[in-house]
Amino acid sequence: MPSPADLVSIPFAAWVNLFVRDWLVPNFRPFFRSMQWPITQVLNGLSGFLNAVPMPVFAVALALIAWRTAGRGVALFTLVALSFIDMIGLWPETMTTLAMVVTAVLFCVVIGIPLGVAAARSDIVRAILRPVLDIMQTIPSFVYLVPIVMLFGVGVVPGIIATIIFALPPIIRLTDLGIRTVREDLTEAAEAFGATPWQMLVEVQFPLAMRTVMAGLNQTLMLALSMVVIAALIGAGGLGLTVFTGLGRLDVGNATAGGVGIVLIAIVLDRISQALGERRAPRAPTLMRTMRSLLSLRGAGGGTNEEEDPKRRKGV
Amino acid sequence: MKTKITGNNLYKIFGGDAAEAVALLRAGRTKDEIFAATGQTVGVHDVSFSVAEGEIFVVMGLSGSGKSTLVRMINGLIRPSAGEILIDGIDVAACSGEALRRVRREKVAMVFQHFALFPHKTVAQNVSFGLKIRGVGKAERRARAHAALEQVGLAARADSYPDELSGGMQQRVGLARGLASGPEVLLMDEPFSALDPLIRGDMQQELLELQRRLKKTIVFITHDLTEALTLGNTIAIMRNGAMVQTGTAQEIVGAPADDYVAAFTRDIDRSLVFTAASVAEAPEALDIGAVDAEGALARMEALGLDAIHVVEDGRLAGILTWRAAHAALRAGTPLGEAVLRDVPAAPPQARLFDLYPLASAGLPIALGDGKGGLAGVVRPQAVFARLSRKDAREKV
Ligand SMILES: Nc1ncnc2c1ncn2[C@@H]1O[C@H](COP(=O)(O)OP(=O)(O)O)[C@@H](O)[C@H]1O
Ligand SMILES: [Mg+2]
Repeated sequence: MPSPADLVSIPFAAWVNLFVRDWLVPNFRPFFRSMQWPITQVLNGLSGFLNAVPMPVFAVALALIAWRTAGRGVALFTLVALSFIDMIGLWPETMTTLAMVVTAVLFCVVIGIPLGVAAARSDIVRAILRPVLDIMQTIPSFVYLVPIVMLFGVGVVPGIIATIIFALPPIIRLTDLGIRTVREDLTEAAEAFGATPWQMLVEVQFPLAMRTVMAGLNQTLMLALSMVVIAALIGAGGLGLTVFTGLGRLDVGNATAGGVGIVLIAIVLDRISQALGERRAPRAPTLMRTMRSLLSLRGAGGGTNEEEDPKRRKGV
Repeated sequence: MKTKITGNNLYKIFGGDAAEAVALLRAGRTKDEIFAATGQTVGVHDVSFSVAEGEIFVVMGLSGSGKSTLVRMINGLIRPSAGEILIDGIDVAACSGEALRRVRREKVAMVFQHFALFPHKTVAQNVSFGLKIRGVGKAERRARAHAALEQVGLAARADSYPDELSGGMQQRVGLARGLASGPEVLLMDEPFSALDPLIRGDMQQELLELQRRLKKTIVFITHDLTEALTLGNTIAIMRNGAMVQTGTAQEIVGAPADDYVAAFTRDIDRSLVFTAASVAEAPEALDIGAVDAEGALARMEALGLDAIHVVEDGRLAGILTWRAAHAALRAGTPLGEAVLRDVPAAPPQARLFDLYPLASAGLPIALGDGKGGLAGVVRPQAVFARLSRKDAREKV
């Protein structure tokens, strides 16, 4: 059976090798190395802090945050989950993983939100970003581990860089979407009052896009967590390493323990970050607020000649 | 009066090469022909107008006639394809971005059809938005927002969010937001169209009340002729992007320029449009000190009247009917006793609608000149004649 390979054979792998090994690495290695610097700083600070905080203090603090944002149920779950992780002896690994994930998400926010804003404001930027994001999301994460190792070496920071690349697209896409779907009459109103593009962004577009941006942040966070094990392949530690070595030694117990740790952390962070997004939603009338508006109406003593039935009012 | 806003030969073409479409329009092609030929939409077609300082200039027309496009040219949200638009002599159409922002911040505010309140800001924050944009400090913003909310009767709701208010209240907030930055010009694009009819009427009256105090220059867009007639000092009627007639309410209803305008005005309650002055006659009055019963009767005979107003020292004193004068002559009583002191009277700018009850007495109605004297006289028959008179065009 004749096949195209009989006619022409393309040395694709050799080309890529040539490109990466003989051009990219020798010419740009110092540049890529220096890119690691800010990540290293943030990571060291965070993991130093997280490892220094005693477990009970951290657990209670996170549970408090969960309680304020997501309610009592999630707070209780947080306490139980963190205690369980501590009891199966994975607390230090969990803190390492948390430091990595938070660092990666932080950089995703810092890079992703401005890019999302730029994409929302310019169709050209969007047209350029779109295929790049598509590629980032479709390439299996294993594939870019190799060039990353060649450019950045092995270790925690290259692992974080891989995580950033993998987790970046949702926050860009959803920032773009959130800003583009802000009601047009609201941006027109801001413009009519003389807002500059920056004022428009800060006063109107971004606050109104916040809910969508938070959904993007949630997705980014989940993607970052899902990279924990893969990042361990190139030398990142933490829970990913526990799972990875467990698998390597056919130690099902340890692998499962690491896995459970990741899942528990993922659930807690997911709930809290989702709740953060919800909170920006139009406020439900709280008891305090209702009382206050009742009182203020009474205080006005019919000074306002508003006779409309509140039940009849139009939603906008 | 000083002219505040002037538009000169304004065009707006949506889509494609504007110059080509403008050339076609100038050559006499219609909006539909141009759409068929080039796929471009004519938004505004050769519109010129001028708005005097302190007046309410109403632009009326059916949906799609170009009203929103026109009003947005005034604050530069839409740039005209051709023509100029002057506010205090500054051409907004040719302004740089920075100059345009300054005009929007300091001179021209806007109120929107669907309120366009920021849902994430409280009522007070919404109202002070324009001030924040201008960089006004927090305390002053708060104070001025309160003052503006007071004007629309919503100071008590300063800390509510827009979605907690009814439609009418929301638009009052929209109005307060427009007023808060102290603009000279207020653009209102169908501000009351989204409200229930009853609320709409209230809002119209409140706007008039506010305008009596504030004396802004207002450009008010509506598709409702009754609203236009209620509010407008000057009314411009738009059709297919062009302005087909501009004038006062009485001019529009009294002499519609074409069938399109006539169709609008057909079902209008004319008594709400025409003023007493429009049916008044020159005042004829007797000076009670200088005439006797015989002289009074002779004067009425000569003028063909059966009642005549009486003045005393230049002030309106009452009315004398032919019958009473005749009785006084026969009985030989002083003429002064025959004068009815209770005279039906109204100001010249009263609407015919307000004259109905006065006219039912059957006596001529005195129009005061504001200083106690007589500015004109309205005969009861004239009131009803004016209401029933149909313009020749309207019979079509
Ligand atoms: N952004 C736009 N793009 C294309 N056509 C438009 C645009 N805005 C308005 N038009 C068209 O211009 C004409 C006038 O619209 P508009 O000024 O909104 O009318 P009105 O406010 O009187 O209802 C309509 O035919 C409308 O379809
Ligand atoms: Mg409109």
